[in-house]
Amino acid sequence: MLRLSGAHGGTIPTAAAALSVALLLAGCSGGSGSGDDSSAAGDTVTLVTHDSWALDEKLIDQFEQESGTTVEVSAAGDAGTLVNQLVLTKDAPLGDAVFGIDNTFASRALEAGVVEEYTPADLPEGAEQLGGALTPVDQGDVCVNADEAWFEESGLEVPTTLEDLADPQYKDLLVVSNPATSSPGLAFLLATIGAFGEDGFEDYWTSLVDNGVKVADSWEDAYYVDFSGAGEGGERPLALSYATSPAFTVTEDGSASTTSALLETCFRQVEYAGVLAGSDNPEGAKALVDFLLTNDVQAALPESMYMYPADPAVELPADWQQFAPQAEAPFQVDPADVSEHRDEWIERWTETVVG
Amino acid sequence: MRHGLRPAPLLWGVAVAVPLGFLAVFFAWPVAALVVRGFVPDGALDLTGFAEVLSRPRTWRLVGLTLTQAVLGTAFSVLLGLPLAYLLYRRSFPGRSLARGLVTVPFVLPAVVVGVAFRALFAPGGTLGFLGLEESLAGIVVALVFFNVSVVVRTVGGLWERLDPRAEEAAASLGAAPARVFRTVTLPSLAPAITSAASVVFLFCATAFGVVLVLGGVRYGTIETEIWTRTTQFLDLRSASVLSILQLVVISAALAVSARARRRREAALHLVSARRTARPLSWRSPADVAASLAGVAIVAGLIVLPLAGLVARSFREPDGSWGPGNYVALGTTGERNALVVTVWEATATSLRIALAATLISLVVGGLVALVVSRRPRSAGTRRAIGTLDGLFMLPLGVSAVTVGFGFLITMDQPVLGLDLRTSGLLVPVAQAVVAVPLVVRTVLPVLRAIDPRLREVAAVLGSGPGRVLRTVDLPIALRSLGLATGFAFAVSLGEFGATSFLARPDGATLPVVIYRLIGRPGAENYGMALAASVVLAALTATVMMVAELLRDDRAGGEF
Repeated sequence: MLRLSGAHGGTIPTAAAALSVALLLAGCSGGSGSGDDSSAAGDTVTLVTHDSWALDEKLIDQFEQESGTTVEVSAAGDAGTLVNQLVLTKDAPLGDAVFGIDNTFASRALEAGVVEEYTPADLPEGAEQLGGALTPVDQGDVCVNADEAWFEESGLEVPTTLEDLADPQYKDLLVVSNPATSSPGLAFLLATIGAFGEDGFEDYWTSLVDNGVKVADSWEDAYYVDFSGAGEGGERPLALSYATSPAFTVTEDGSASTTSALLETCFRQVEYAGVLAGSDNPEGAKALVDFLLTNDVQAALPESMYMYPADPAVELPADWQQFAPQAEAPFQVDPADVSEHRDEWIERWTETVVG
Repeated sequence: MRHGLRPAPLLWGVAVAVPLGFLAVFFAWPVAALVVRGFVPDGALDLTGFAEVLSRPRTWRLVGLTLTQAVLGTAFSVLLGLPLAYLLYRRSFPGRSLARGLVTVPFVLPAVVVGVAFRALFAPGGTLGFLGLEESLAGIVVALVFFNVSVVVRTVGGLWERLDPRAEEAAASLGAAPARVFRTVTLPSLAPAITSAASVVFLFCATAFGVVLVLGGVRYGTIETEIWTRTTQFLDLRSASVLSILQLVVISAALAVSARARRRREAALHLVSARRTARPLSWRSPADVAASLAGVAIVAGLIVLPLAGLVARSFREPDGSWGPGNYVALGTTGERNALVVTVWEATATSLRIALAATLISLVVGGLVALVVSRRPRSAGTRRAIGTLDGLFMLPLGVSAVTVGFGFLITMDQPVLGLDLRTSGLLVPVAQAVVAVPLVVRTVLPVLRAIDPRLREVAAVLGSGPGRVLRTVDLPIALRSLGLATGFAFAVSLGEFGATSFLARPDGATLPVVIYRLIGRPGAENYGMALAASVVLAALTATVMMVAELLRDDRAGGEF
C-alpha cells in the first residue's frame, strides 16, 4: 500500500500552521536553513542520492571538518527514481551534488542536462574508462547466483554460462526479476543483450521461458522467496543477484560460502557522482565528488554499500577477495544504446516473456 | 437566529477554509502540476496521449483488473469484518482490547514484508502452496482483505457499540427471529458506517500497489502499478498523466455511487453509551456462537496465521537455531552497516512523526467531519457539503507517485529558508493527507447519527451555537475521535510511500528501514527486517489498545 502526498507550504496560514506544528513535533534540526541565496563554498552542500546510500558517519564528519562544509544528505527512491527526480527538478535542483546515477540511467541524466561536466583532477588510474561527464565512484556485477549445496546433492554440475541456463538439464531451476520493475532485472536483460545482440536476445529469452524461468517482481522477492540458497525455504537453486551476494552466505566458521556467483553471466553496473547544474554551491559539490574518490571512502565502499571501489588499486576486505570476486569480462552495452532503446527493449522483453 | 442549526457564520467559515486550504496546498496543487507537465511537455498542449493510452488493450485490461480486485477485496472485507465488529464492539469478553488491537496490526505492516510473507505461504512448497494461489487474483484478494478488514471492523464497530439496543429488543419481543431483527433493524442502522468503510476500503484496494506487484507477478497489475512503472521507471509522464486522470475518473465514479448509497440510508439514530450496549458473550445465543466461530476462524486464518509465520521467523537466528538475536541486532545498523541509523532510532523518529501527523489529521479531519455532518435546509449548501465530503476522499484515490513527483516540482522555492522537498518536514504533513479521510470516515457516521432534535432542544432551551456544539456534539464526537486518533497514528506509523520520497537517511522511519533491510542480502539483515516488522506491529497494537482505553467511558457516563 504505497500512498503518498505532500506539497509546498506557501503563504497560506494553514500551511504555515501545519508546518510549525510539524516543525515543533518532528524536532528537525533544520540545519539546511541557510545558504539558499549565498553561493559561498564552505557553507552547506546537499548530496542527493538513492536509498542505498550508507556511508560511515565518521567519514562524513572527516570531510566536514577538513572542508568546513556541512553535508546534508537527501535520499529518494532507487537509482531510476533518483534520475527521474533530477530530470523533473532540473530548473530548481534538489541539491548540489549527486551520487548514485548508474550506467543504465546515466545517459538520461546527461541528455537532460542535470549535471555539470566535471572530472576530478586525481581520478584514479583505471577508473577513467568507466567515466565521462560523470565521475565513477563504484561498481558492481549483477550475476546469477547458485546454491552450491543443492547442486552437490543433486549431482548436477553448477552451470556457468548464459547458454547453460537454457539447457534442459537445468529446467525450472532459475528465478530472475522483472526488468520493468527492478534494477537487477534490467541489468540482467542488458547482459543478455550484450551477449546475444539486439536481434538475438528475444530468442534467448524464449529458450529461457521454454526452460521454465520464473520472473519475480523484485530482487528481494526472488531471492528470499524462490532462491533455495537464501535459507528461507525457496525451491530454485539459481537466482539473479549480485557477485557480492556470496559474501553474505559465508558459513559459520568463515571457511566457505554456500552460494557462488556465475561470473560468466554478469552485467557491470557503475555508479557515478556529479555536480548538479544550477547548484548553489558548485565548489562544495566538486569537493564532495573529489572526496568520494579518496582512498578512505573508496576502501569503505565494500563494507558500507556492497560495491567495488572504482579505484582498482584500493585493497578489498579479505572475505570479498575470497568469496566475492568480480567478473573478468562482464557483458557490456553502449550507454548511448541503452538510453535510446531501454524502453523498447523492456517492452520487447515483456512481449516475449510475459506474452 | 435561535435555530441552533446556524451557528456563527465566521466559525463555519474557518471550519471550511482550514481543511480546504490544507487540501489545496498539500494535495491538489502538486497533482495538478504534474498532470499539466504530462500534457504540456514542451510548452505546447499535447493531448494525443489520451488517444494513444486509451486505445491500448492493456489499459482496459488494467482498468478491469483494478475494478475486479477492488470490488472483491471490498466485498470480502465487509463480509468478514461484520461478525468481527459485532464480536469486538457489541460483546464483552476477556482479552477484547487485545483482540481489538491485534485486528489493526495488518493495516500498518509494510507491503513488501507482507507481500513476501504471503508469497512464501503461497509458493510451491509453502504452507499453503497446495491452494495454487501463487500469482493469482485470489492471492491478491486474500492479501487485500488481510490489510483492510480492520477498517471495516473499526468504522462499523464504532457506530455499532453506540446503537441503542432497545429497538432490536422491541423487534425481538414482537416475535421477530434474530436473523430478521438483524436484517430489518440492525443492518439499516449500520448502513452508513458500512458504506463509509466500504468506500475507504475500495480506495485502498483500487490503489494498492506493493502487494499487487509482489503477489500479482508479471501478469497482474492495476492502473496504480502502471502509473508507478510509467513514472518511476520510464519517466513517461504523458502516459502517466492520462492514467492518473483515468484512475481519478474511475475512483470518482465509484465514490459517487457509494455517496448516493450512503445518503439514502443515513438517518438519525438513538445513540447511547457504549457501556450500555456491550453484553457478555453468551453461549446460549446462537448469534453469539455463530459470530464467535466466524470470528475465531477469520482472526486465526486471516490474521494470526500470516502474522505467526512472521513472528516465528523473526526468532530464527542466522544459523537456524531459535533465539532473540534479530531483536538484539535492532540496536545496531545491520550486517555490514545496511542502515545509517539503528532500528530503535528509526522507531523514535516514527513515533515523533506519527504524533505530529496525528495532530494535523485530527484537526483537519475533525473540522471536515463537523462541517459535513450538518444538514442545512438549502439544497445548494447540502450539495456543497456533499462535494466537500467527496473531495477529502480523493487523496486515497490518487496515485502516490503522482503526488510525490508533483510535490517535487511545486515546492521548488524555499519557504522560511527551508527547501521543503529535502527538509523532511513534509513527512508528517504528507501522512496526514492520507489519514484525514480515515478520520472523517470514522467520526462522521457517529456525528451524523446524532439526533438533530437533541441540538434543537438544546437551542430551544437557550444554548448558543457554541454551547450546542460543546454539550451535544463534542462529547459524542470525542469518543469516536479516540478511534480516529488510533487510526491516524497507525496510518502514520505504517506509511511508506510519502516517507520514502521525503525522508532523509538520518530521519528514516521504521517502515523505511524495514524496506532497506529486506533489500539487502544476508540472513542477518532479513531477520532484522522481520524483527523490526514485529516491533512495528507490536507498537501499533499497543497504540490502538491505548486509544481504546482512553476513549472508554469513565464511570458516570456522559449522557
